Amino acid sequence: MARIIVVTSGKGGVGKTTTSAAISMGLAKRGYKTAVIDFDVGLRNLDLVMGCERRVVYDLVNVIQQEATLNQALIRDKRCDQLFILPASQTRDKDALSLEGVGKILEELAKDFEYIVCDSPAGIERGATMAMYFADDAFVVTNPEVSSVRDSDRMLGILSSKSRRAERGEEPIKEFLLLTRYAPDRVKLGEMLSVDDVQEILSLHLLGVVPDSKSVLNASNSGVPVILDEQSDAGQAYKDIVGRYLGEEIPHRFIEEEKKGLFSKLFGGRS
Amino acid sequence: MSLLDYFRSSKKNSASIAKERLQILVAHERRNRNCPSYLPELQQELLAVIRKYINVNDDAISVNFEQDGDQETLEVNILLPDAK
Repeated sequence: MARIIVVTSGKGGVGKTTTSAAISMGLAKRGYKTAVIDFDVGLRNLDLVMGCERRVVYDLVNVIQQEATLNQALIRDKRCDQLFILPASQTRDKDALSLEGVGKILEELAKDFEYIVCDSPAGIERGATMAMYFADDAFVVTNPEVSSVRDSDRMLGILSSKSRRAERGEEPIKEFLLLTRYAPDRVKLGEMLSVDDVQEILSLHLLGVVPDSKSVLNASNSGVPVILDEQSDAGQAYKDIVGRYLGEEIPHRFIEEEKKGLFSKLFGGRS
Repeated sequence: MSLLDYFRSSKKNSASIAKERLQILVAHERRNRNCPSYLPELQQELLAVIRKYINVNDDAISVNFEQDGDQETLEVNILLPDAK
């Protein structure tokens, strides 16, 4: 039986697709058969971040409308054979998504996969509510910034009322906080909300902090999930997050400002 | 308190302002979130009915919804104008 994870935030540009790409790759690298689905119908981008944009033939909407089978639409990742990508449609409208159609796809995937990661679009419209409806776990991606925190809280309200679990009166969706674009130096100066501040406001279980890092843009530039850049701080942060999600006890990192040694101060280390 | 501290404390840092604003806002929005969506309409209709008999102000009526465990309470408060 597969576990369905929704990566959500409400606000756009906080790192949902980066996170979806990273954690799905992370789970697959651990040996779990994983599918990652782009729910941003009309504005697909997961394919680009995952580096498979030129291999897209069929998409989510094609499968829902039975113009292609699920196996025809799934793209096997070239770096990890346990990972499959189901891209969103670029030309269709988000109304092409139906709860019944999405439910069927997830049910079929669940027979074969261990983890299904749903990359939610921004906003609270159809694509976003579809992505979260069937979820077991929610990764709430938040930036330490007022509008992102507020939108995350709004998403928490929707998660607890408009999901299949809520409607059936089952155990609620497990919600986790992923604080991304974190800049410890700015927190120290009092210019940015701290992890503790955000946790106090949202009262969520913290899965990890991803530092604001150059490596994220470098990774998406080249279509490589940042988790594969094992030298980078963001890559390591996502690796920790996957481990913690799987139940391992890994101490939090990247919360405090890194003390630079004389050597890296003089010659500059990579970040 | 040294002179330096004086300058430091004179301006509140922006992160703590953000936190304060968010705490107030989020608490307010969470309270409204649990309210049934018919509440504003109910308030308007009640006001219309009362106005058939008594001339009251727009703000003379307050409708509050509270949830305490399994118990839901709807509290309607109507302020009548002073009798002349």
